[in-house]
Amino acid sequence: MNTFLSLLSTDFVLFALVAGLSLAAVAGPLGAFVVWRRMAYFGDTLAHSALLGIAIGLISGMNPQLSILISCLLFAFLLTVLEKNGAVSTDTLLGILAHSSLALGIVVLALSGSVRVDLEAYLFGALLTITQQDLLWVVGVCAGVGIVLLKYWQEFVAITVHEDIAEIEGSKVARYKLLLVLLIALTIAVSMKIVGVLLITSLLIIPAASARLIAQTPEQMALRASAIGAGAVLAGLLIAFALDVPVGPSIVVSATSLFLVLTVLRRR
Amino acid sequence: MPRTSNSVQPPLLEARAIEKQFNGRKVLDSVSFFVEPGQIVTLIGPNGAGKTTLVRIALGLIEADAGSITRRPDLRLGYMPQSLHIDPTLPLTVERFLALALRHTRASEADPIGAVLGQLKITQLRHSQVAALSGGERQRVLLARALLRKPHLLVLDEPAQGVDIAGQAELYALIDSIAESEGCGVLMISHDLHLVMSSTDEVICLNHHVCCHGKPETVSTDPAYLSLFGAGASNSLAVYTHHHTHEHDIHGDVIGECSHASATASTETDGTNKGEEK
Repeated sequence: MNTFLSLLSTDFVLFALVAGLSLAAVAGPLGAFVVWRRMAYFGDTLAHSALLGIAIGLISGMNPQLSILISCLLFAFLLTVLEKNGAVSTDTLLGILAHSSLALGIVVLALSGSVRVDLEAYLFGALLTITQQDLLWVVGVCAGVGIVLLKYWQEFVAITVHEDIAEIEGSKVARYKLLLVLLIALTIAVSMKIVGVLLITSLLIIPAASARLIAQTPEQMALRASAIGAGAVLAGLLIAFALDVPVGPSIVVSATSLFLVLTVLRRR
Repeated sequence: MPRTSNSVQPPLLEARAIEKQFNGRKVLDSVSFFVEPGQIVTLIGPNGAGKTTLVRIALGLIEADAGSITRRPDLRLGYMPQSLHIDPTLPLTVERFLALALRHTRASEADPIGAVLGQLKITQLRHSQVAALSGGERQRVLLARALLRKPHLLVLDEPAQGVDIAGQAELYALIDSIAESEGCGVLMISHDLHLVMSSTDEVICLNHHVCCHGKPETVSTDPAYLSLFGAGASNSLAVYTHHHTHEHDIHGDVIGECSHASATASTETDGTNKGEEK
């Protein structure tokens, strides 16, 4: 523990901690919506497509953070449109897009040749390589997402409970649905560095599912999901240092452990 | 037969010559009706007659292919949908559910939720989880949400669905008394002409087009109504049997609550009932 505290005085650990906690704070409530609206696969698809964004960004020489962000938002928008008019069912559509964009991303990365890319960092996260600029990016986006989420919280809950009633009570349901999807896309885009493409959805879903066990209202579930997520980030960092293992997977393993503990406690 | 309102006050809502097709099938064909302030209008008709589609068009939830909907300016609508499915992953108390109705308004009373729960005699449900409610309780909670907006027009899509038969009569009486005390108009879909008879001002019998309309007593003897629901429909006892042959799931519900427990019970109640229960 003492070594961990002394590690905190080093920039890269502090950066990792702040970035991880910022993400956990917004991933709690957003994850609750992902669970309530059954969007887990949707989140997964966005995360996979982000790799294509990275590849395109590298080739065009764009800032990788920016290219991930743009590709996530574009895919989120595209999925929303396709879902509405699709000839195939949503899960099939998501399956096609998720894996084809991931595959295409890897092919494009390989073709780009000249640039050396640490694929593993994008797949599983590289929280400890986070720079000051990365940190500002993560904290800024999380703050923005948090503010929008707070401002429209009632609307998001209302459209999730019953769309028709919400519409008749004066909510623009289609607009809020799209906004919620874009918030999720933004969060996924910035969590790339933290837990990576393959583990992002778990950071949204596992804290929310754990919080469901100890909540009576949507607000309790959202806030407790944030707290559980924060706990998982802390525990994940500790485990990573103690055992010298990758941080992203450690965070996810910690979250899952919390979920299991809560499940067992609730059963008794 | 497009009817037009001729009372002094403008109608709350008026539909003129509404047309709607789904996949090339005409669901609504030149349907016109109106609801006046304080009036209770009931839409009846067989399954698939287009009742819910018509109501959704009237509410502005979907667009008609042709025809017009005129709502009184600033008309406040209260809507009670056919069912409410709350995902089990969403923790939601009755109180929290009802509070959503107030998100766009500044409450004038100190405790509007307590007031409406008292009005509907479900005060004890305030802290219950919505997902754990019985059919009758859920319908009342939905009604409470609609009433919290102090609507000028209440739109109810089969309000008695999933409610036992004793509860159904009580629920319709409650709707009647609320409409009177709140002074709001009511547009509702029902399968149970015999149950809504006493409280309804106007019945519209719909089967893709308006077959007949008028006072419930008039409609129940109208040849168009009889041909739609069968000859037995003219006496009130036979309305039951007759409904059973034509209106599947809902009528499963009516007798259903008495006989739901087993399929044998339903055959005892009514020979035609068995085939209806899915």
